[in-house]
Amino acid sequence: MNKFGFKISTPRSIDLDNGDRRLYDELVATVPSYRYCIGCGGCTATCSAGQFTDFNIRKTHFLFSRRQYDKLSTELLPEADLNKCMLCGKCSLVCPRGVNTRGLIVEMRMLLNNK
Amino acid sequence: MFDIFVIPFCLGVLALLVISVIKYYNWIKGFDRRQQMLVRKNILSWKFVPAIWEMIRECLLHWRITKHNVLLGYMHRSLAFGWFLLIAVGAVQAAVAFPGGHHLYMAIFFNYFEPRTPDMAHTHAMDTIATVMDVLLLYVFSGLSLAILKKLWSKPLGMKRTTRHNVTDRVAKFALWCIFPLRLLAEGATSAIYHNGGFLVAGLGSVMESIGLDNGILEYNLWLLYSLALGVFFTLMPFTRYMHIFTEVFLIYFRQLGLRDSDKKNGYTLFELSACSRCGICIDGCPINRELGVTDIQGVYLLQAIRNKDVLNKANDIANMCMVCGRCSTECPVGIDLEPIRRQVRNEQVSSIDHPDGYQYLKSVHHFNAVGRVAYFGGCMSHLTPGITEAMEKIFMAAGQSYWFMDKEGTMCCGRPLMQQGMVRQAEALRDLNKRVIKKSNATMLVTSCPICYQTFVKDYKLNIPVIHHSQYIDMLINEGRIKVKNGGQRVTYHDPCELGRGCGVYDEPRHVVASAANLVATEEEREKSLCCGYNLGNIHIDSEQQKLIRDAALRNLLAPNPDMIATACPMCKKAMTRGSDIPVSDIAEIVACNLVDS
Ligand code: SF4
Ligand code: SF4
Ligand code: SF4
Ligand code: SF4
Repeated sequence: MNKFGFKISTPRSIDLDNGDRRLYDELVATVPSYRYCIGCGGCTATCSAGQFTDFNIRKTHFLFSRRQYDKLSTELLPEADLNKCMLCGKCSLVCPRGVNTRGLIVEMRMLLNNK
Repeated sequence: MFDIFVIPFCLGVLALLVISVIKYYNWIKGFDRRQQMLVRKNILSWKFVPAIWEMIRECLLHWRITKHNVLLGYMHRSLAFGWFLLIAVGAVQAAVAFPGGHHLYMAIFFNYFEPRTPDMAHTHAMDTIATVMDVLLLYVFSGLSLAILKKLWSKPLGMKRTTRHNVTDRVAKFALWCIFPLRLLAEGATSAIYHNGGFLVAGLGSVMESIGLDNGILEYNLWLLYSLALGVFFTLMPFTRYMHIFTEVFLIYFRQLGLRDSDKKNGYTLFELSACSRCGICIDGCPINRELGVTDIQGVYLLQAIRNKDVLNKANDIANMCMVCGRCSTECPVGIDLEPIRRQVRNEQVSSIDHPDGYQYLKSVHHFNAVGRVAYFGGCMSHLTPGITEAMEKIFMAAGQSYWFMDKEGTMCCGRPLMQQGMVRQAEALRDLNKRVIKKSNATMLVTSCPICYQTFVKDYKLNIPVIHHSQYIDMLINEGRIKVKNGGQRVTYHDPCELGRGCGVYDEPRHVVASAANLVATEEEREKSLCCGYNLGNIHIDSEQQKLIRDAALRNLLAPNPDMIATACPMCKKAMTRGSDIPVSDIAEIVACNLVDS
């Protein structure tokens, strides 16, 4: 197969209907402003913890919103280690959509912890 | 002398005594080790002197309430001090009248027993005491009328909203309100028969005599009702807000001994919960009440919800909705520190995710180029308002001060936002990491631009070098003549950041600084009464629209005198208000940096 110069990747499409909506629904019930997120990445760009590590807050909440909770374990994905967040609040202040990111982070941690 | 009607009173006093002793004993047993150590260490020190002074001033004279509103203070004082004097003078009266000794109830029901005691000494002094007792009773009545007025119309007493009480509280209040009128009527009835008592009682007595009532039966029933009212009130007291009368005395004492709240709810918290008189003074100033119309989350309801454990979820919601702006704590006449109590409630909610080991990465990120003697900590928020850090660097240079910009390469948080959310272990981990760096740097002073950081550096870090906010630092430079500033001539209003003003009591230095570079104009609500900018990190549940409402209220106050510019001393406040203001909002460091003159 190699001689064609390409390989067949496994499809990466996510069927949102198949995911477990429960955690996500709970998240937006507690932090309704998350509905307005446009995934711009402003939060990650300013993140204090992200300056020093590869912690990526946008990626983390993005995966959460895609019901990919399994990927959000620290071992699999160091970028999603929410324990690194210092709750400093820079992300909330820069978010162009007024998402309450700090509330989002605490709630995600609670939900993942009790999963 | 004995009569059966005194039994309700006696049982009430007994119940009050037994229940309070059990309660207080258990609460004191529930102190944590640090608190117990402080009690042991200080119990025999001179600290009882200021404690007694504070008890007289606050428990009897209600000085802090008087400062809030004169009439409200008078109401509380006449009830507390008036009743206290009635008891004290009553004890003297009984001691004089019954030199052979007497039972407690004979002092309480003095006018009933006095004419019935055959060998009673009746002297001129007795008449004077009777007159004094009547004056005191009138004094109490004046307070009672105000209390009833407050129930109907609270505005003259300086309160827009009053507390909503629960059923036990209301029954106890009714009993309390009955006590004094019943006492007067009972004394009047006795006087109608025996012609005793001072001008008030005797006057009422002659009226009762002249209208031809059957004073014999009436008298006994009135004394019985009076005794019942006392009995009901005393029995209910330990379960109602009126327990604050005694608990405040203990709280003042423990506070003077140096005790403060711990991270978890314990015996000391229970003293604070019980010391709250539910006066409701904490309700009116709260921005969540004023701007968002949420009237059930203020200090009084927080304490009430914790006390009634059955509604713990309510306590959670209440604690979460607060901005931690500190307004209620500064206004509370009992001096209850509400922030740590809120933290305890939040801590219980998040304890399962309070993992302190996420910040190891910070160990490798500090670059030591600590040449300066002054360490400068901008804080996370100053990195979003680079004008402030640039201004500070300019000022350091103008003053010829070598400095080390500690978080220039990237921000490590001070830990206070975590503290505010109740994540005390995580906050401690951050503090330890930062402390290590500060120690290693050999800096001799820490200057910070962010009041949030400043508060925790001062209160929680326990560093062995001085920590000052940049407003204090610039004020010092100006006073020492190390920088020269010209007055730019603009009219400026100053916004007190919650964390700097109410949080740390820094009100004057930033005003000096503004006044040296511009013309400072006062605003309506400033200093302790300053309004939160709405973006305080203390709340992670509020949404941005609500934040804007709170911010706009603060802006209205600052814009009212038509200034050219708004000054503040917090990067967070600056960022928040810049977004809603048509005129420029500057940090005091920026104003000074613009107006530096070369010397
Ligand atoms: S900055 Fe706001 S809108 Fe952008 S990704 Fe982050 S949360 Fe979403
Ligand atoms: S609050 Fe957390 S996620 Fe947001 S900027 Fe600070 S460290 Fe990053
Ligand atoms: S917390 Fe303080 S101000 Fe509020 S009701 Fe209690 S005693 Fe009054
Ligand atoms: S701290 Fe501020 S927001 Fe919170 S209850 Fe007190 S006054 Fe209201």
